[in-house]
Amino acid sequence: MATVKEYYQSQPRGMKILFALVGIGLLTILVRLATGLGATTNLSDDVPWGLWIAVDVLCGVALAAGGFSVAAAVYIFNMKKYRPIVRPAVLTAFIGYLVVVFGLFVDIGKPFSFWHPLVMWNYHSIMFEIVWCITLYTAVLALEFAPAFLERFKWEKTLNVLKKFIYPLVIAGIVLSYLHQSSLGALFLIVPQKLNHLWYSPIIPQLFFLSAIALGLAMVSLESIMGSRVFKREYEMGILQGLTKGVAIVLAIYLVVKIADLAVRGSLPLVFTSGAASFFFITEMLVGVLIPLALFARKQTRESVNGILTASSFVIVGIVMNRFNANFFTQAGTGTFYFPAILEFLVTIGLISLAILLYRLAVTYLPVFPEAERT
Amino acid sequence: MTTNNKTSKGVLVDLTRCIGCRGCQIACKSWNERSTKDTVMSGVFTNPPKLNSETYTHINYIEQPQDSGQAWHFVKDQCMHCKDPACVSACPVNALEKTSTGPVVYHYSRCIGCRYCMIACPFQIPKYEWEKALTPWVQKCTFCSERIANELVPACIKVCPTQVMHYGTLEEVLREAKKRQQDSPGRYHDRIYGEKEAGGTAWVYLSSVPFEQLGFNVNIPDVQLPSLTWASLNKIPATVGGFVVALSLIAWFRNRGSKGEQSAQGKEK
Ligand code: SF4
Ligand code: SF4
Repeated sequence: MATVKEYYQSQPRGMKILFALVGIGLLTILVRLATGLGATTNLSDDVPWGLWIAVDVLCGVALAAGGFSVAAAVYIFNMKKYRPIVRPAVLTAFIGYLVVVFGLFVDIGKPFSFWHPLVMWNYHSIMFEIVWCITLYTAVLALEFAPAFLERFKWEKTLNVLKKFIYPLVIAGIVLSYLHQSSLGALFLIVPQKLNHLWYSPIIPQLFFLSAIALGLAMVSLESIMGSRVFKREYEMGILQGLTKGVAIVLAIYLVVKIADLAVRGSLPLVFTSGAASFFFITEMLVGVLIPLALFARKQTRESVNGILTASSFVIVGIVMNRFNANFFTQAGTGTFYFPAILEFLVTIGLISLAILLYRLAVTYLPVFPEAERT
Repeated sequence: MTTNNKTSKGVLVDLTRCIGCRGCQIACKSWNERSTKDTVMSGVFTNPPKLNSETYTHINYIEQPQDSGQAWHFVKDQCMHCKDPACVSACPVNALEKTSTGPVVYHYSRCIGCRYCMIACPFQIPKYEWEKALTPWVQKCTFCSERIANELVPACIKVCPTQVMHYGTLEEVLREAKKRQQDSPGRYHDRIYGEKEAGGTAWVYLSSVPFEQLGFNVNIPDVQLPSLTWASLNKIPATVGGFVVALSLIAWFRNRGSKGEQSAQGKEK
């Protein structure tokens, strides 16, 4: 058995950097636990939700949406073509949720009271719904991903039992995902006078859900491409093109719903009359929706790996911007400018690195990509 | 969850009577054993410049140019003790509670520190103990709930030399506000701030000038804010049921006939 040191030294440069970033992130988390939010963040009474909520929670959850989307395609709609990417997608979602749990633990003021919502119930609270969704869906994802472990360690019996429950599990996962993705939007329903009506809408929960699917699928494409590059496998063009089509369709629906929603509420003029908010809104729509749709409309994009990679990246960045904007403009009214502190960045970067690292370790040591295993 | 105007206590803050002595601010600190915070010059006439976790109530100084020179307005800030409070509905663990006598109170031992109450409150009232490492609490005016329970008036009201605040049942307080408007035409702006905002609050204000000139947020809708999130939450049972049925049907329909193939595939993996 190689020692930890030998193992570390045998790793490529990229992995070493990841290990370092994770280490720094974990140290920063210790500092936060020892000194408090005031000492480590730029949060204040005027801006109580910052980078950690925006990235670690709002975006982390949305990025995980690929898991249930692909599982739905394969198990519910019986689209067998996508079977090879179920596991990577579920793995991403699982890791995403672990990071979200970790991120929330760091962000809440009393980390060691994190379990309170499980025993103290206020079912009038969206936050209560969110905590339950996170808990239950993380459990479902663990079970959905468990076969990879069970196969690796050849626990056939448990594996067979689990396989019998795959449909209920997948259905539970979809329902919980819908609830969770939409509840993140529903958080903002209570601030009609704070959040600019470019984002505020009675259907913001459904808009969050739709955009999360586009983001999740784009993320799966990106991973699949990256995975092929890193492990020198063939690109799965059939799957990639299917995913791309999925992203394009969802984005188109999102665009139509978004415009219709603005029009129905008479908020279309806000697109040009809200100053900074207009600027951020237009940027978000351009980057996350319009540019990708324009790219996807071209045959060259859909047929080239680089094209798909570029368009998917736009989707990811644009929809991440959407989550930032919703969080930021809810708190913009007080006029206090918030920019995250260095330590906040270190934690977020550490958590993202942790996610990549866990993903990397899982695909290396567990049967995540089935064909790769067989060869 | 809305409280009844007959059982709930209320306060009318008549801003035209305030002389800006800040006695209420001090009385509040002493009754609630609040400390102070380091502050810096901030360009306004009061220190601290606004509410914070050690300051539950605070007088804002507002200087207004007028034909006859300057006019000063003094505006008391504190929790409005909404009838159907956004903060209470937002809190996942019932750490905030609306009591039937009016006060919205905080149970620190339940709080997890998610700060959703701060986001949800339309009046920017809950403040946080950012400086504490592991057990920061949310802090805000308690409407002196223990004093009320013992039939004492809140500390700030007791100490005010010019009787800016009129304390009674909310029903009676609103009646008094309207009476003052009628009895002294021209003295008051016609709005009663808090009568309708966010579905109504237990603390209401009278002023001589429009409230937006005094820094009040006049864009708060009249709806009870918790009803907006409840409209989403109360759909959960139907959504879950609908999803489960629809997904099961689709799964059955799309997978019919391929049962053998499925398990064969399953084995192969
Ligand atoms: S003013 Fe804010 S903190 Fe006070 S009861 Fe209303 S919502 Fe809660
Ligand atoms: S910070 Fe505390 S009181 Fe406020 S919503 Fe969260 S748990 Fe409730």
